[in-house]
Amino acid sequence: MRKGVGLIGVDGLGLKIGLEVHCQLTVLNTKLFCSCSSNYRGTEPNTNICEICTGLPGTLPVLNEKAVEAATKIALALNCKIAETANFFRKNYFYPDLPKNFQITQYDKAGGVAIAKEGQIGTSDGSIRIRRIQLEEDPGKLSYEGTIVSSPFALVDYNRAGVALVEIVTEPDLKSPKNAREFLQKLRSILEHIGVCDGSLEGAMRCDANISLFGGKRVEVKNISSFKEVERALNFEITRQKTMAKAAKAEGMETRHWDEVRRVTVTLRVKESEEDYRYFPEPDLVPITISKNYISKVKARMPELPDKRKERFVRDYKVSEEIASVLVGEKQIADFFEACVKSYTAPRLLGSWLAIDIIGYLNRSEKTFADIKFSPNNLAEIAKLVEQKQITDSGAKTIIIKAIEQGKSRFEIGKKEEGAITDEKMVMNAVKMVFGANRKAVEDAKSDPNAINFLMGQVMKATKGRADHSLARKLIQVELLAVQEPSRK
Amino acid sequence: MKAKSAWEIAEGTRDGSISPVETVEALFERIGEHDIEIKAFITTTKKLAIEQAKEIEKKRKAKQKLGRLAGVPIAVKDNICTQGIETTCASKILRGFIPPYDATVVKMLKEEGAIIVGKTNMDEFGMGSTTEFSAFFPTRNPRNTSYVPGGSSGGSAAAVAKELASAALGTDTGGSIRCPSAFCGVVGLKPTYGLVSRYGLIAYANSLEQIGPITRDVRDSSLMLSCIAAHDPMDSTNVGEKKDYTKFRDDVSRLKIGVPKQYFGEGTQKAVSDAIWRALKKLEDEGATIEEVDLKTVEYALASYYIIAMSEASSNLARYDGLRYGFQESSGARNWSTLFSKDRKIGFGFEVKKRIILGTFALSAGYFDAYYLKAQMVRSLIIQDFEKAFKKFDVLIGPTMPTTAFKLGEKTVDPLAMYMSDCDTVPANLAGIPAISIPCGSSNGLPIGMQIMAPSFEEERLLGVAGFCERELA
Ligand SMILES: [Zn+2]
Repeated sequence: MRKGVGLIGVDGLGLKIGLEVHCQLTVLNTKLFCSCSSNYRGTEPNTNICEICTGLPGTLPVLNEKAVEAATKIALALNCKIAETANFFRKNYFYPDLPKNFQITQYDKAGGVAIAKEGQIGTSDGSIRIRRIQLEEDPGKLSYEGTIVSSPFALVDYNRAGVALVEIVTEPDLKSPKNAREFLQKLRSILEHIGVCDGSLEGAMRCDANISLFGGKRVEVKNISSFKEVERALNFEITRQKTMAKAAKAEGMETRHWDEVRRVTVTLRVKESEEDYRYFPEPDLVPITISKNYISKVKARMPELPDKRKERFVRDYKVSEEIASVLVGEKQIADFFEACVKSYTAPRLLGSWLAIDIIGYLNRSEKTFADIKFSPNNLAEIAKLVEQKQITDSGAKTIIIKAIEQGKSRFEIGKKEEGAITDEKMVMNAVKMVFGANRKAVEDAKSDPNAINFLMGQVMKATKGRADHSLARKLIQVELLAVQEPSRK
Repeated sequence: MKAKSAWEIAEGTRDGSISPVETVEALFERIGEHDIEIKAFITTTKKLAIEQAKEIEKKRKAKQKLGRLAGVPIAVKDNICTQGIETTCASKILRGFIPPYDATVVKMLKEEGAIIVGKTNMDEFGMGSTTEFSAFFPTRNPRNTSYVPGGSSGGSAAAVAKELASAALGTDTGGSIRCPSAFCGVVGLKPTYGLVSRYGLIAYANSLEQIGPITRDVRDSSLMLSCIAAHDPMDSTNVGEKKDYTKFRDDVSRLKIGVPKQYFGEGTQKAVSDAIWRALKKLEDEGATIEEVDLKTVEYALASYYIIAMSEASSNLARYDGLRYGFQESSGARNWSTLFSKDRKIGFGFEVKKRIILGTFALSAGYFDAYYLKAQMVRSLIIQDFEKAFKKFDVLIGPTMPTTAFKLGEKTVDPLAMYMSDCDTVPANLAGIPAISIPCGSSNGLPIGMQIMAPSFEEERLLGVAGFCERELA
């Protein structure tokens, strides 16, 4: 029996979490069924549209073949069974963001066959089964004044309508809100590695979560914008449903809306039963055939996936499992890391900077990897300086974080406040070296303060002027005492 | 004097013996004179038509190549999109909808030099067999104006019969080209499903319907088909190819004809079956063999047809919510569902609402298997039945309609009788096969239509048989 599935599992809560993740195929140039641009971002409302994606009378959809290729790649990456013949269905419901008042999607009942099913993604808390993945069209976008509940009107923008989506539906295998977040992060990295969905774009990956406790009715939480929010929303729901259970209030099947600002879920609609979408086969499209030959062609072009890449990082670069995991958690980071290492071979140092310090800082400051403006070459140079003991590790980190903070593309080294060597050991090394090379001056210094200044100059020269002045002076005094002590005996 | 056929006008326009501008002007004079009574058109486009005619004249004078339909005035059913010309489906809900694009067939006709003279009346969204279910006005049968022209392409058939257009485009979901062609005494062809692009045809039931020509003779039908049948990448269900259908051979000497006994069942007027059998005898005299065939599943065709058509319609017509185009009830609704409910309540006619509700019901959870899925199963059986029959026969022949035209108002009071009258036409739509209706005598001055059906993509064979009958039955 799987942990936390089916039985009263984790913490005796009988927690069941399943996710429906909508991923836009941002790799495509055009929408799923017309030749409008798939990149609607930053366009004036209702300008990235045509008669097809606005569902004008008489128009017909024509499938973008590239979407099938992208979906096949996803299916392969998630170890799914790919259908030989898949088809499209209409999901009928009235909503102003749907220009046709139905959505062209896929279905797995009534003769419907989605593009792929039965896959899985491994997480640190076990394998998460994928129920199915399907192609569908994105609806338009509604804007409200204030909140969805209080707004006196809704504005509709169809620029997004018809953009190709792949919906990935999991089984209720997720063990915890944290596990859900990890799953999503991993999924995003996989999609980025196969190059079909750029998860860093706003709205490119969206998630609805289904959650139930104590074998109660399933509650669906919609409108979750980021992975962090998924974790928050699920935690909120667990607490809310626990409280309800304690108060012995029966939970109905319902859809709730995640209010990101107040960090609570609010009821959107209570469902008496499964909503009736009157699914039936889309008569304007012909079935998609996916031959074995086609699949093997796509397979041959599959790039390295995060799990394999992680293994390679551990094997070739000798970084730890943990560091490697974090690095491959985002393709951009993994790519950056490899570019650094190519420029200067210090994988362990660079890996730990990226995985611990840089990502840690980004998370704390709500920044993303896109905010980093310096190049892998730049970072590699810093690593070189550290390995050559010209600057300290902590000094280097200070420089790096400052560069991210200020959005700088170059590091500023040498300025006192950044370049000063404050590491006692490093300065002491320099002092000892200078003492060894200047025995006469050391002897003189015992009585002549000017000789101390000479030694000071030598230490600064040895550290290329970067030793912390007061520290150097202090350590010279300490070392002078140390060499005087034995002579007194 | 008999009006010139589309073929003759195109030939005359090309060799300069006919002036397209004069043709169009004369035609609009006729429309002005007769359409007050017939009411075949919802919209006429005189100004545009004369401009198009002048363009063709200019081209001819410049010795540029002219198309196969050069100067031919053509009427287009009002459910086929025409760029810049209001397209309503004879529904209030599409009042004011001016498509920003031409349907593929319209584009192709224009490229061949055809002149669009107007948009013809129809049953709202194609739902009806009399053209009385137009939201605007009924069309009258030119042979006898107390009778309906048939439907749903009643306006197109009446326009061609009354010589208000040389040819017309109709659409056929369950007989909507053939029924009015039979009732008005003209030639109507429903092509094989997938032969003619549906891009720009405002959908009633996507899996059943095709655009096709309504003409005064078989040669014009073949000419029109040659101009509209082609592969269109904008329609995924389209598998058409360019072909010259005018080269059909009307040799029937070794033709094997099947006569489905279900096509002469109860409810078929004696005058109708007599007329068809007379024609069949003529074919036999010419050397064709005639044999009765039992197409058992055809008895379930009507039930299957109406469930599929209404189910698809309930979804297709969902987009008319008054939000983006066409009719909108402006008195400020407070929310989205009130707004679209109100617009649909006022915008759709009774017959349309009835079919949307029935279709919605048939697709509902719990009923889907019993209705929609079963209807699709029946459909597969009908397809198999026809395939089997065509192993033995080259063509199947029967009446187009079990009766001659109805009196105006006769069927609106008895909807079931109206649905029943489609019994001979819907099997071809379910099977996807081509079928043509040609004039075959008359009864009390009302035309009788003979229906010829052939295997998929055998339009040439169909036209050959039709051509022979047209010559011999005249
Ligand atoms: Zn578009």
